[in-house]
Amino acid sequence: MMEPGLYQILFISAALFFTGVYGFLTRRNLITMLMSVELILNSVNLNFIAFNKYLWPQKMDGLFFTLFVIAIAAAEAAVAIAIIINLYRSHNSIDVENAEDLKY
Amino acid sequence: MNGSTIIFYLLAALTIVCGVLSVSTRQIFRAAIYLIFSLIGIAGIYFWLDYQFIAAVQVVVYVGGIVVLIIFSIFLTQQAGELLPKQKIGRKIFSVLAVFCGFALTMVQVYQHAFYENDGEAVKPVVANIGKQMLSTKQGGYALPFEVVSILLLAALVGCIVIAISKKEETA
Amino acid sequence: MPSIATIALIPLLPFAGFVLLGIFGRTALKKPAGYLGTALMLASCILALYTAYGYFFDFGKIHGAYQKLVPFQMTWLEFSKDVSINIGFILDPLSAMMLVVVTFISLMVHIYSLSYMKGEERFGTYYAFLGLFTFSMLGLVLSSNIFQIYIFWELVGVSSFLLIGFYYDKPSAVAACKKAFIVTRFADLGFLIGILVLSYYGGTLDFGTLIARLTDPSSTQMQAAVNASFLGASALTWGAVLVFIGGAGKSAMFPLHIWLPDAMEGPTPVSALIHAATMVVAGVYLVARLFPVFAISVPGALHVVAYIGVVSAMIAAVIACTQTDIKRVLAYSTMSQIGFMMFALGVSGYGGEAGLGYSASLFHLFTHAMFKALLFLGAGSVIHFVHSNEMKDMGGLRKLMPVTHITFLIACLAIAGVPPFAGFFSKEEILLAASRGNTGIYYMALITSGLTAFYMFRLYFRIFWNKEAGHDAHHGKEGGFALLFPLVLLALCAAGAGFIPFGEYVSSDGTPLHSEFDPVFSIAPVALGVAGILLASWFYLRANDRADRVAASLKGLYTAAYNKFYIDELYLFITKKVLFNLVGRPAAWIDRNIVDGAVNLVGNETVAFSKLIKKLQSGKVQQYAIVFLGGVLVLAVLFIYIWH
Repeated sequence: MMEPGLYQILFISAALFFTGVYGFLTRRNLITMLMSVELILNSVNLNFIAFNKYLWPQKMDGLFFTLFVIAIAAAEAAVAIAIIINLYRSHNSIDVENAEDLKY
Repeated sequence: MNGSTIIFYLLAALTIVCGVLSVSTRQIFRAAIYLIFSLIGIAGIYFWLDYQFIAAVQVVVYVGGIVVLIIFSIFLTQQAGELLPKQKIGRKIFSVLAVFCGFALTMVQVYQHAFYENDGEAVKPVVANIGKQMLSTKQGGYALPFEVVSILLLAALVGCIVIAISKKEETA
Repeated sequence: MPSIATIALIPLLPFAGFVLLGIFGRTALKKPAGYLGTALMLASCILALYTAYGYFFDFGKIHGAYQKLVPFQMTWLEFSKDVSINIGFILDPLSAMMLVVVTFISLMVHIYSLSYMKGEERFGTYYAFLGLFTFSMLGLVLSSNIFQIYIFWELVGVSSFLLIGFYYDKPSAVAACKKAFIVTRFADLGFLIGILVLSYYGGTLDFGTLIARLTDPSSTQMQAAVNASFLGASALTWGAVLVFIGGAGKSAMFPLHIWLPDAMEGPTPVSALIHAATMVVAGVYLVARLFPVFAISVPGALHVVAYIGVVSAMIAAVIACTQTDIKRVLAYSTMSQIGFMMFALGVSGYGGEAGLGYSASLFHLFTHAMFKALLFLGAGSVIHFVHSNEMKDMGGLRKLMPVTHITFLIACLAIAGVPPFAGFFSKEEILLAASRGNTGIYYMALITSGLTAFYMFRLYFRIFWNKEAGHDAHHGKEGGFALLFPLVLLALCAAGAGFIPFGEYVSSDGTPLHSEFDPVFSIAPVALGVAGILLASWFYLRANDRADRVAASLKGLYTAAYNKFYIDELYLFITKKVLFNLVGRPAAWIDRNIVDGAVNLVGNETVAFSKLIKKLQSGKVQQYAIVFLGGVLVLAVLFIYIWH
């Protein structure tokens, strides 16, 4: 078995990213779509950390980006859940098909 | 083959498998639990990479914050035991195809690209260093983004409250 | 020489009146509107008299000839180094004379209107319009270049339009003002093209330079203008004729005269000011202003002027004999007299003795302004008295309106050419010039002059004699001081203006022209005039049916003349039947089906296309995401493997 390194981490990250994309595309429940988005964000974080570790260890920029992404993801999740719950109140459902009404 | 490698692959398997399960299971509560394990796997990889602070943040914020929030919202909006609605099969097939193509393309690109690994003097990603640079206003300091993010968090907070309030007034 | 401010104030005072009364004429200044306008006009008139007096007797004459002075000139728009539009004043015998005429007649009309328009709902507005008109007319007279004259020319047209349509609740007045505006506008198009042609070849807009260049056969501009030919005439001839068309439109020359009789729908003092004394002679003024170009360079165009003038004079005189609306008689009489001025210019030559026609024409303009304004104001007084324009409602008014009667009689004698009244002298000079210039025109003019005497005295007898005064007491008194004072003053002028040695002051080249008085020559016109008067008295002095019998025996001619030779009908036929059907309808069809069709097609196609792509905007987030992902993948492949 190969010694784990940058390529292995990138593989994990890419796999996780496309898993998230798949979930985002196929899930019909808004909360599960939000969970897929979290997966995507995490894969990005993983990439930042991996590149920081292997390609640019003298600086900590990747680390900071990860930190900020986590912070923003927290905010995004909070707002998204507020919206989802609001939608649930008005439509009594959180199916993404019902959210089509929002285009009007 | 040493322990470190084994641990890495275990963590990788945990992360990917739980991620896939999280997006494929039809029970929403389980999806949330799988998500927790996937996130924990990522936190483990951070530990494995020796980024303890990020790993801790990952556990605290994601597992302890976001996923708990998600679970709460599941409780609020979902009847227990109800299965998630099925997606159209055509959409599923197309998504699998697109995702697979994208993944293949990405991996081909990644493996074709020769990354230049830098073995220079590493900065220890310990909390002291992170804190110094985070609050530094000198070159390379992150004080301004830090402030911006704090404003963003404040805005999100206010936004959540506004969204919640307006609905109540309407129903009242 | 008076200061620039003095000259500038002449047009600007009426303009100030227009602005003040235009803004406050219906509210704060409603009561004193008339007095304010009249006072400003009086000041303007005094300044004009002062300027003209100074010009003629003090500073204007240098080395025995009157000079063209340009006391003020500024560049307004500079197109190129050579061509720029200036704003300036010109002072020469012509403009000085016109200044006096315009301000004096305008003042008389202002005073007269104080009484005549009293109690009118839009009294302030009326005075505002009068101010605007006077300003425009003075600006026109003072214009130092051909473009400036065009600006004021149009302003005059607009104010005339406003004043004809003053009673805008009367449909006939609305129709008349539109007609006047459209017909003169149509003529102005010719004027504009003429300006462009002349200024293009002349390379300047300034009168002095333009005339100097276009009368000098050796100048390059002149040669270019003569050599460029179009439809068998040189560009210069076309330019001059087109300018004359503009003048003919404003001066109601045949065949563009149809608006003038209808313009009588306006208030009578307005007719006196605009459609008798000032605006309608603008065409004469214009030709006179460019006279050297006409006379020296394009005698062909001058012939056009002469024949159109004499034909207009004759036709108008014949029509005037049959009309029963007294204002319309006066309108046709005006047209006829302007025809006299036009052909006088047309038969004239340039400089010295040959320029007799020029002097005569402007002399007639001067005297005509006096007696025609008097006639209109007198007619206004009569209309005011009997509340009707029709002759049949009048008769025997001489005892009821003594002042009007006497002044009207003086004006009639003046226009008929009876010595020693003003019209006699000017008309004699015109006839003398015509007899020297063109015998055919002379005889036509002679007959017309006899007709003039006939129709004017027909009018006079029908108003003041004919029936015995059967009018009831309810007509009341003749009118107050404001109504009668202008009549008396104008009557004095009409009686005495002929004794001015006009040729001494106004002549084609500025050098004094000593016009000798030839009593032998005068026998024929005076005899004809007297014959006309006697004939009119035989028909109309007492109520009888002689006129009707003669009319019946000349039925065809009479009906044709009564109907103004069907020229209006001809225009209607051409516009309604020919233009509307042959041009209007196809144009409308093209507009509806092709122009609108194209627009509609674009609109419909846009709608159809938007319906097509509307489905893309489904609101389905996941669909968007798939499309987005697919797009990203395709772009990634393209960028990585194909466009790298």
